[in-house]
Amino acid sequence: MKLHQFTIHELQKKLRGDDTTSAEIVESVIERIDAVEDRIHSYITLLKDSAREEARKADGDIRSGKARPLTGIPIAVKDLICTRGVRTTCGSKILHNFIPPYDATVIEKLRDAGAVIIGKTNMDEFAMGSSTETSHFGATRNPWDLDRIPGGSSGGSATAVAADECIASLGSDTGGSIRQPAALCDVVGMKPTYGRVSRYGLVAFASSLDQIGPFTKDVEDCAIMLNVISGYDPRESTSVPIDVPDFTSFLSGDIRGWTVGIPKEYFIEGIDPEVEAAVRKAIAVVEGLGARCVDVSLPHTEYCLAVYYIVAPAEASSNLARYDGVKYGYRSKEGRDLMEMYKKTRSEGFGTEVKRRIMLGTYALSSGYYDAYYKKASQVRALIKRDFDEAFRSCDAVLTPTSPTPAFRLGEKMDDPLQMYLSDIFTISTNLAGIPGVSVPCGYTAAGLPIGVQFLAAPFEEGKLIRIASAYEKHSGIEKRRPNL
Amino acid sequence: MEYEAVIGLEVHAQLLTDSKIFCGCSTKFGAAPNANACPICLGMPGVLPVLNRKVVEYMMKMALATNCRINGRNVFARKNYFYPDLPKGYQISQYAKPPAEHGLVDVELEGGKKRIGIPRIHMEEDAGKLVHDEVQPSSYVDVNRCGVPLIEIVSEPDIRSAEEAAAYLRRLHEILVYLDICDGNMQEGSFRCDANVSIRPRGADAFGTRTELKNMNSFRNVQRALEYEIKRQQYIVEGGGQVIQETRLWDDSQGVTLPMRGKEEAHDYRYFPDPDLVTVEISDTWIEEVKKTLPELPLEKRERFIRDRGIPSYDAGVLTSSRALADYYEEAVRLCGKPKIVSNWVMGDLLRFLNEEKRDIRDCLIKPSDLAEMVNLIEDGTISGKIAKEVFEDMYRSGKAPRTIIDEKGLVQITDEEALKKTIDDIIGANPAQLEQYRSGKEKVFGYFVGQVMKATKGKANPALVNELLKKMLAP
Amino acid sequence: MKITKEEVGYVAHLARLEFSDEEKEKFTSQLNDILIYMEKLNRADTTGVEPLTHATYLSNAFREDDVKPSLPHDLSMANAPEERGGSFRVPKVIE
Repeated sequence: MKLHQFTIHELQKKLRGDDTTSAEIVESVIERIDAVEDRIHSYITLLKDSAREEARKADGDIRSGKARPLTGIPIAVKDLICTRGVRTTCGSKILHNFIPPYDATVIEKLRDAGAVIIGKTNMDEFAMGSSTETSHFGATRNPWDLDRIPGGSSGGSATAVAADECIASLGSDTGGSIRQPAALCDVVGMKPTYGRVSRYGLVAFASSLDQIGPFTKDVEDCAIMLNVISGYDPRESTSVPIDVPDFTSFLSGDIRGWTVGIPKEYFIEGIDPEVEAAVRKAIAVVEGLGARCVDVSLPHTEYCLAVYYIVAPAEASSNLARYDGVKYGYRSKEGRDLMEMYKKTRSEGFGTEVKRRIMLGTYALSSGYYDAYYKKASQVRALIKRDFDEAFRSCDAVLTPTSPTPAFRLGEKMDDPLQMYLSDIFTISTNLAGIPGVSVPCGYTAAGLPIGVQFLAAPFEEGKLIRIASAYEKHSGIEKRRPNL
Repeated sequence: MEYEAVIGLEVHAQLLTDSKIFCGCSTKFGAAPNANACPICLGMPGVLPVLNRKVVEYMMKMALATNCRINGRNVFARKNYFYPDLPKGYQISQYAKPPAEHGLVDVELEGGKKRIGIPRIHMEEDAGKLVHDEVQPSSYVDVNRCGVPLIEIVSEPDIRSAEEAAAYLRRLHEILVYLDICDGNMQEGSFRCDANVSIRPRGADAFGTRTELKNMNSFRNVQRALEYEIKRQQYIVEGGGQVIQETRLWDDSQGVTLPMRGKEEAHDYRYFPDPDLVTVEISDTWIEEVKKTLPELPLEKRERFIRDRGIPSYDAGVLTSSRALADYYEEAVRLCGKPKIVSNWVMGDLLRFLNEEKRDIRDCLIKPSDLAEMVNLIEDGTISGKIAKEVFEDMYRSGKAPRTIIDEKGLVQITDEEALKKTIDDIIGANPAQLEQYRSGKEKVFGYFVGQVMKATKGKANPALVNELLKKMLAP
Repeated sequence: MKITKEEVGYVAHLARLEFSDEEKEKFTSQLNDILIYMEKLNRADTTGVEPLTHATYLSNAFREDDVKPSLPHDLSMANAPEERGGSFRVPKVIE
């Protein structure tokens, strides 16, 4: 096996056991990138030189016994997360040349843990999308079938892990943007509880829904990453001052006696039959592990999409108002007066999907429509959260499919926004309720496309997610494959 | 037809916190452009606001000082619009339910007191500064002021004249300065005022069309602008025309209000609760804590001075013009018990010296205890009132205690009758002609003798005693 | 028709966006589809339900009134599309 194919925990052992060096690991990853990146396009910005420099420092730390959890491990970061001195584009033309003068809190945490940052990954523009097709820098391809999308919006972070172009990565999830690509690319992807991981430095899409989370090759790595990035941040008013347990302590994966809810509203028409079959097999595995799988009802599920596509664009329309060509980013060359400068800058700088959502959000907040749309959606959102509160009174976890279909073809849904939005139907509720969720690989279609199963838990119960996910992973009976690249 | 003006005022007061409302940048005025900037107040991608607790406290102080009711649960809202001095493309403000409501102030007018309602006070962040190039088609953005904390104080349209408006503003101003939460500097923009003005037939209920007035940067300009606008509207209505609802800017050089040149749009601010901020819960305990820190407010202090210290209302007004001055005055009175006399000294010589040098009472070298001591020395006859003036000026310039000055200069008043009699004898002896003139009826010559005695005693003779003795000794 | 082409024009102006006539047509039809889908929300009974704007129930997240160093001026201006005299230059604003 090549170094770039290992997990964090495997590499930690090798580094500690003097079996390898960070320099070697980074070199192996760079080699892999050089071999496959042309075809996949996971990255917007590669940081080969600085990564090599960081690897040298890391090796020094390891030799002098100062190794920390991620010392020497190459991690990729979604280009929505600010990195000081390194271009952060959010997949958009309007920020194509923006260099933040500060690091996001999670970046500070990664660095404190010794991580080597290998590059900034591709994404749907401003995190708006489910396929990574709206990136100004071109689409990312699914390593399992280069004619298909990897999911989105954190497509590049998912593919980089799936293709071993990094050992683990960070993405962001507002309506499923970590979990859905994780399912489509055969990796583990978690969205923590809202308030668990700092949003400071995460370029805002929908402030009340956004969360940063890890993409990893297995559940153990997910726990390791979660330990590093979690924690109260006084720079974020919505950060929750709650203790961070050692998430690796939940890897024992004993779920005997657990009650796992299967929401009937999630097994509906429109799910690909192979996806349903794989998820039902997962249910059987979970039952075989001593858990009791019961039907639960999340009665307001049918409203999730509508609520999300009012609340998220509304907040986004406001969050994206700062991109006006005045202080940073792209400014149109045309524009004889201020009004023209604004309009041309924003119309030239933003892509179609972003403009569509800004329009939707602006409309939903505008005078005369606020009550009917934004207020109403916020009320239904309360009901959606109540559904989960109710479910978790009797369940330790909830199990659902992550995505209704496996990866679709490039261009297939670009002309039908509503169709595209339906990709998020199983993940959106999680963000609306603020609860944590994780997608774990649970099989392949006959055509070899990955399928994911999603576990959900009550707020701040990521430990429970690690437990059931690791239990499932160990006993899923699925033979892990590698993409044919 | 008689018309009455209906005026509502909106005041924005910059709060005297050290750091901005949502970030740690300094609020100090006068820094180089964009020197007090950080990713947060620059509105960079990914940044988040965190509320400065002191801003809430200062808002609470103003709310309590204006008899507002403070709400327990408070929310910030985004006011969305595009302008170069608004980096985020929205201003973080408060909309639906303000933290303070149903307040009032009593304003002292010629004819008595008038109560003006304050329906709301809320917190928000200030915007930056836009400077326009005279020649080129360019404007320049300075974000130093972005994020400086403001409270917005809205009045009911209870104001009926330009004078009332100016009086109301002065009232708000003195309260804010007394509370030490705003420096009230209109020139620097830390105290700003916009007005809504309309007119209607006297006695009518319905409101006329109102215009919004901006760009009035002093109390005097507010008064002048309102006077002008009221007249302008009256002229239109009397001529059968209609007042247009618009925003007008005060042009100081021409002395008129002018409509804005740019196209004016009705704004759709799309207010919604800011998802990056959490609720501000103000408990009764917190309110009590803040209440305890409130100083005596200017109106109450003035009334107490008039009532308990027996000084006229004009004097009370001058003495309470600043908290520091009022405290100085009270300390001096406490030590000598002579409110009217101390008032005369403070309002007379002391303020004259301070104003000449444009100094503040806090930099005055005369301690209240020194002033009190001097007053006592006059009362017990150690020095005369005239000598005291000399002593006082010396105290002001040197900071020395009165006793020290008197001893150094030998200014103790002469009250020794025997000594004075001897001096007067000598003078009478030396001036036989004047004595003759006086005795033959020239009353004015008395003053000459007084002058001679004062000269001989270097001004230290007790004037009353001199007068008494001279009268006796000059008499035929 | 939930939204007309005129309304689309107004909303675009509010958002400081501009569209070709063709784009406006397409947007109008797409937005209409989306807004019609949203109508299902009317079926949800929300009487007496407080709008949920935050997933967490935090309150009073404060910082103390301490001054922290600002960004060095050159870093503040480093990304400026146009700078002059230490300020951000924009086309002249008419008041």
